[in-house]
Amino acid sequence: MNDQRRNWNKEDCLPVYLTRPRTMFASVEGAYENNTIDYDAYRVGKKRSDRLLIKGGKIINDDRSFYADIYLEDGLIKQIGENLIVPGGVKTIEANGRMVIPGGIDVNTYLQKPYHGTTTVDDFYQGTMAALAGGTTMIIDHVVPEPGGSLLAAFEKWHEAADKKSCCDYSLHVDITQWHEGVKEELEILVQDKGVTSFQVYMAYKDVFQMTDSQLYEAFTFLKGLGAVVQVHAENGDLIAQEQNKILSMGITGPEGHALSRPEELESEAVFRAIMIGNRINCPVYITKVMSKSAADIIAQARKKGAIAFGEPLTASLGTDGTHYWSKNWSKAAAFVTSPPLSPDPTTPDHLNMLLACGDLQVTGSAHCAYSTAQKAIGKDNFTLIPEGTNGIEERMSIVWDKAVTAGKMDENQFVAVTSTNAAKIFNMYPRKGRIAVGSDADIVIWDPDKIKTISAKMQNSALEYNIFEGMECRGVPLVVICQGKIVFEDGKLHVLQGMGRFIPRKPFPEYVYQRIKTRNKKMEILGVSRGMYDGPVYDVPATPKYITPSPSPAKNQPPPIRNLHQSNFSLSGAASRQLEGCNNTNKHYKHTTIIGTQVDDNIPRRSGHRIVNPPGGRSNITSLG
Amino acid sequence: SDRLIIKGGKIVNDDQSFHADIYIEDGIIKQIGENLVVPGGVKSIDAYGHLVIPGGIDVNTSLHMPYLGMTPADGFYHGTKAALAGGTTMIIDHVLPEPGTSLLVAYDQWRELADSKSCCDYSLHVDITRWHENLTEELEALIKDKGVNSFLVFMAYKDKYQCTDSQMYEIFGIIRDLGAIAQVHAENGDIIEEEQKRLLESGITGPEGHVLSRPEEVETEAVYRAITIAKQANCPLYVTKVMSKGAADTIAQAKRKGMVVYGEAISASLGTDGSHYWSKNWAKAAAFITSPPLSQDTTTPDYLNSLLSCGDLQVTGSAHCTFSTAQKAVGKDNFTLIPEGTNGIEERMSIIWDRSVTTGKMDENEFVAVTSTNAAKIFNLYPRKGRVALGSDADLVIWNPKETKIISAKTHHLAIEYNIFEGMECLGAPVVVMSQGKIVLEDGKLRVTEGSGRFIPRKTFPDFVYKRIKARNRMADIRGVPRGLYDGPVHDVTMATKAVASTPSCRGSSCPGKAQMAPLRNLHQSGFTLSGNQMDDHIPRRTTQRIVAPPGGRSNITSLS
Repeated sequence: MNDQRRNWNKEDCLPVYLTRPRTMFASVEGAYENNTIDYDAYRVGKKRSDRLLIKGGKIINDDRSFYADIYLEDGLIKQIGENLIVPGGVKTIEANGRMVIPGGIDVNTYLQKPYHGTTTVDDFYQGTMAALAGGTTMIIDHVVPEPGGSLLAAFEKWHEAADKKSCCDYSLHVDITQWHEGVKEELEILVQDKGVTSFQVYMAYKDVFQMTDSQLYEAFTFLKGLGAVVQVHAENGDLIAQEQNKILSMGITGPEGHALSRPEELESEAVFRAIMIGNRINCPVYITKVMSKSAADIIAQARKKGAIAFGEPLTASLGTDGTHYWSKNWSKAAAFVTSPPLSPDPTTPDHLNMLLACGDLQVTGSAHCAYSTAQKAIGKDNFTLIPEGTNGIEERMSIVWDKAVTAGKMDENQFVAVTSTNAAKIFNMYPRKGRIAVGSDADIVIWDPDKIKTISAKMQNSALEYNIFEGMECRGVPLVVICQGKIVFEDGKLHVLQGMGRFIPRKPFPEYVYQRIKTRNKKMEILGVSRGMYDGPVYDVPATPKYITPSPSPAKNQPPPIRNLHQSNFSLSGAASRQLEGCNNTNKHYKHTTIIGTQVDDNIPRRSGHRIVNPPGGRSNITSLG
Repeated sequence: SDRLIIKGGKIVNDDQSFHADIYIEDGIIKQIGENLVVPGGVKSIDAYGHLVIPGGIDVNTSLHMPYLGMTPADGFYHGTKAALAGGTTMIIDHVLPEPGTSLLVAYDQWRELADSKSCCDYSLHVDITRWHENLTEELEALIKDKGVNSFLVFMAYKDKYQCTDSQMYEIFGIIRDLGAIAQVHAENGDIIEEEQKRLLESGITGPEGHVLSRPEEVETEAVYRAITIAKQANCPLYVTKVMSKGAADTIAQAKRKGMVVYGEAISASLGTDGSHYWSKNWAKAAAFITSPPLSQDTTTPDYLNSLLSCGDLQVTGSAHCTFSTAQKAVGKDNFTLIPEGTNGIEERMSIIWDRSVTTGKMDENEFVAVTSTNAAKIFNLYPRKGRVALGSDADLVIWNPKETKIISAKTHHLAIEYNIFEGMECLGAPVVVMSQGKIVLEDGKLRVTEGSGRFIPRKTFPDFVYKRIKARNRMADIRGVPRGLYDGPVHDVTMATKAVASTPSCRGSSCPGKAQMAPLRNLHQSGFTLSGNQMDDHIPRRTTQRIVAPPGGRSNITSLS
């Protein structure tokens, strides 16, 4: 079984989802009319078939809600409708009018992040167990390679660990911890053969993970070419380093120093820059961990100006705030240390929930990265050494429901969108995940919108001894969680199987993200101006300047050092035909320019936005410019 | 001594306008009022029906910017002559040292040149072209002994002038402590370089490549970043050459959030736009090359004039730096080599009057503010310059708001053979210009003396800028939380060699020479303990922060509530 999974990329072993033609995802309406489905077509291997019938639920997708029964078999949704014809002896779950939603997708977890030789206390087993208990049936974890180490090796390491331990389906993001030429090859392999299509780059962690703007530009360009989703950890690392030095030198060593050294502005500045770079390249940008109002606002504004940008708030930023960094209890304050930090502004969670409700932010993750208090205490005398990360994998769905839906900001459909569907679309798993439809994976949650749960470290499934949401009452909890067609959570009890989770490979160029990019690529082609050659006087510049050339714009790639035209006895009139002659008897960098004179696009109408005042052709005498 | 009386004019300051006569002696305004008692035989100037305004201050000129061994066609002589012809009686020029060389040497070079050539009073900004060890000392010397209180850092021109964010933070810190003004050339040099590469590769070599490689966003982003850095350093910020709507908006928003930030619009961005980069005439297109480039959005000049009127932008310069067409042609096959700069020193006052005052956006007082008074205040020249008042320098302009002038390369006073405003009709022009109490422009005739301009030293800590900064310095004390010692278990970490690489929160070494933080110590080995008492225990806690946990160290924290 294991082998089969690992070799998913071989055509004959492809998971059923990938081998089926698209038509299998019949619209739900179609499913009503046509209840007879070719079961055999969906059968995978010799898998023991689990059959389940969910009766009387209200199915919630991101677009609409409706009442219908659902029949599950072999981990897939086989039928949706009323009065389904199902085999005898099928286990039936009575939903009694409760909501049936697609299982949550947690787009951001760190279940194996190394720190100074230790790793998080919640590993893939513990973490995914907690995820399932909270109604999340799939996670996308971050692979964090050592800077300079091989991305592929790290990927394999994570893949192996997760295959052994994960209780729910998972996929992987790979963090690019250092940018160099060799990375490109590995990225290509990851995208094309390994099913990893999202990569995180860092603008923070100076001298460790941080990339310069030039590197970001290169990385974005390259990843866009691969059709990947570029994720950005947005904080200005240079300034953080400065602030950390300053604050440590002032004698502040406690967790409040973490928040003080990473003020909101540094996050929003980096978000602004990341989106600008994305726009330059026409590359989509996905901002992980949106923690502050201003960062969220910048994403919202950029979207209004047409940028293709996505923002991911976290359980922590949606459910709590950064006032706790000033707690007198060191361990409590340290528990909240994560980057970017939680905002000390207590109105932040409300604002972020609002933006999530109106679509300015699109997905939610948990950035679950659980270090025990003893691990956090590595930084007890220096806040810069406190390992970063908070819990949130289990609480995510309930907190979003409580803060956004119960508060009336969001409806149930938008809830499904931000907890599951949008993530599936952005990361190209839709409609296999993120939707209740015939043919989709049977990752389903029966949701009780009225039940109240009090979050507490005593009750949680995480291995941590604390919980940053301690004591919070949440309305809205999962009653039954079904993962791969199996009931994993029922009556408050978990029935999970270690290693049951499958790696879900993803394809590049997700439509949801790249459709517009492709269109814009065509629209945005840059056209030069076809003009006659300049044949006026040229100032004589000494060919070898005595000092390092102070050209304001360093001429990067060679287009040659200035030549003195007066010496070359080369002359060009304005006529285009003459230019071609000129082309023949001069050297290559003139050819370069001359080709422009008779450009292929001469007959293409000029960009209409630009006023052209002068007649075409080269005029040398330009005392008057009017 | 030169004695003059200006009669019957309407005196316009930034706060009020009134009718009065002005008596000038020894280059200084000695009396203002009606029926003045003056010595006999004084020359009288009739200003009936005209405005008498303080002479313009052009805060941004580069009359001697070296580029590939060339210098601009208009040096200090031609430049200041043109300035006077346009109603500007003082300039502040940028000293651009060769990267890696001494700022002081460059300063001396500029001083010498300007002293011998300038026709009007001048002052100097010094550009910090490279971070180096002795920078602090050099800046101190310039500020304390040389009368320079403004410095420009570059966020563009990668590998040449560009500063990293860390360096900017350091420089801003030094500048704040010394009480000077941090100016910034705001464009993201990293991205520009990448774009230039890409464009050249795709075969675009003409001047349109300049604007394509430096889109508005790249300017806006850098402005945003500069403001963020300045805010962290609690340093006032001055953004030179605001060329686009996005950049101007970013400044306006930051002001709204309480930042001490100033924006400088220039003649070119107020009077014309970047559509000309697509001109088929290479020389014309190249004439408009400047950085940041003019915006392609043709509504930009109007928008910037509006922001100038409402105070979101405060000062105007010209960024006058004129290379002749032959000099520009150095980059005829590669737009990145075209020397940057446009004209504007002579046209500045008229363009603003025409675009802002005649259109009703701005009143005459606001006009004086943005062309002269604000600059004098920011750069600490006030009230010697920038105001018509007793004791101020007699740099005055008699302004005729009804005169129409057509800008043309044939009639301008510059050495270059083109003018980017060619053919523009401007309502509003100077009739008489007085510099240091002497008439330099009258009846359309210019009478200047080479070398008559004086260097005006400037003092530190201009009140207009620093009053707020000082108050904030007092407020901005950060306090830690006094808490008991954590006495719970600590995970054992092998702090050996290889772990260094994977520290997620590293304290980066900032700038070379910056004090390194002590390496991590293992407290268990040191026998060092701290009781709960700390020296700031008696200080009241920040009131806005909710503290939930009881004081004192609790080690058992299963429950965090």
